[in-house]
Amino acid sequence: MVFPFVWQLVMSLSTNSQVTSIPPTFWPGELQWANFGRVFESIPFLDQFWVSVSITVLRTAGQLLLCSLAGYAFARMRFPFRRVIFGLTLSILMVPPEVFMIPQYQIIQNLGLLNTTTGVVLPGIFSAFGAFFMTQFFRGIPVELEEAARLDGCNPWQIFIKVMLPLVKPGLSALAVLTVVWSWNDLLWPLVVTTDTTKMPLTVGLASLQGQYTTDYAVLMAASTMAVAPILILFIIMQRRVIDGIASSGLKG
Amino acid sequence: MFSGIAVFYLYPVASTAYYSFTSWEVFGGASFTGLTNYRRLLEDTDVVRALVNTVVYTGIVLLGIPLGVVLAALISRPGLRFSGGYRVIFLMSYIAMPVAIALVWRQMFKGDYGVVNWFLSLIGVDGPFWLGTEWYALFAVSIVGLWIALGFNIIILAAGLRGIPKELYEASALDGAGRMTQFRHITVPLLTPSIFFVLVINVIAGFKLFDLLYILLEPTNPVMPETQSLVFLFYNESFVVNDKGYGATIAMLILVLIGIFTSLQFRWEKRWVHYVK
Repeated sequence: MVFPFVWQLVMSLSTNSQVTSIPPTFWPGELQWANFGRVFESIPFLDQFWVSVSITVLRTAGQLLLCSLAGYAFARMRFPFRRVIFGLTLSILMVPPEVFMIPQYQIIQNLGLLNTTTGVVLPGIFSAFGAFFMTQFFRGIPVELEEAARLDGCNPWQIFIKVMLPLVKPGLSALAVLTVVWSWNDLLWPLVVTTDTTKMPLTVGLASLQGQYTTDYAVLMAASTMAVAPILILFIIMQRRVIDGIASSGLKG
Repeated sequence: MFSGIAVFYLYPVASTAYYSFTSWEVFGGASFTGLTNYRRLLEDTDVVRALVNTVVYTGIVLLGIPLGVVLAALISRPGLRFSGGYRVIFLMSYIAMPVAIALVWRQMFKGDYGVVNWFLSLIGVDGPFWLGTEWYALFAVSIVGLWIALGFNIIILAAGLRGIPKELYEASALDGAGRMTQFRHITVPLLTPSIFFVLVINVIAGFKLFDLLYILLEPTNPVMPETQSLVFLFYNESFVVNDKGYGATIAMLILVLIGIFTSLQFRWEKRWVHYVK
């Protein structure tokens, strides 16, 4: 299972002739750290890295905010057409993303947001999955807690922020984990929205690098190592939370 | 929130449905052409092939479920050392960026110097040019898909295993049941909710095949037409060929297929999923 990761690292520290040698070179001998430096000459890696980070952070923050509000509203509040709106949101869960994509592209184009981080992020912060996911968590909280807070004189905002949000923390952290992974790794939508090499995230950047520098494999491997590393490091630091987050997508589904 | 959902999701569904009945001019502007796109869809051999490829890919990825059950059971044995470490290692394949990982697999599947063929040569098999040969290319893409899905499967299945009451194993051991009997008659039936969930997720993810294909083969690969998936075809028609009307029709086809699968899914669920009361 880990072999591809090991092999990736080995190839990114090898020379090009070692990468293409027969039989394969399993240990490069002298480690070619310079491959990593050459990545920055081959593509605007820092720009793309920054775009990837912004997309991930903005989309995750936006989703957590909107989905916790929507989840609370669906689970607890009475408002007109609540059932209809919830039903429509649920039905979106079953629609494959390709069905939204052409009109979403046109909207982003008409707003003049092609080749911008906002354009990549905007549709993704509204998440039917996230709203549904958070609704399930809010529904699991006893109504009595809210009533007690109300009797103690809390207004709805205070109830939401001081009582409810701390109680759905496991849900928020699971949603955050899933959204971070999906945003960092997403290819199709950013590929459609960004064409400028300094405005695209790493996924699209790597995809285009592959087309241009098909012979410089060592640099390609070094770039891919640097693209995978941040998420894997984050994962290893917060492994318990990530594993629980991904496992909970199964328990709630 | 609801206005966002309406603008970016509800309106697009209606809009795509409408576009599927239109034809697009090169310089913008759509004209209503009725069922023309759908007639073309039915006669399009590329669509048939993409559908077959998507189904074959999904089928191979699903082999990761039995494999996942066995591996999840192995890493969940009580008293196993480093059991957390195994889960970290397995989940890495699911978390890592598919684009970057596909680049690595691409090197591994190279016909002349790839490490896969080198391993095969050790057991006396002369490996093909994986990514340049019809069917082999699809098989290679599927193996990578299986490898990615396996990490996810193991985590979900291991979480499911933890939910099975220990008393069942203790009681059955008293009745003389061996390891294998327990696995067949307790573990597998009580794990069916997790197995079913993983199955549904794997199928839906299988129908999304795009990243791996795009990177492992590159859009210009000569065997791409024989290897492409429905989503790749959608992307190509909508944003490369720029025939957004036909692209929308392919999107509607994907919608219908997922719809059929969803309705079948509920029927199967009743038949063979056991929920612990």
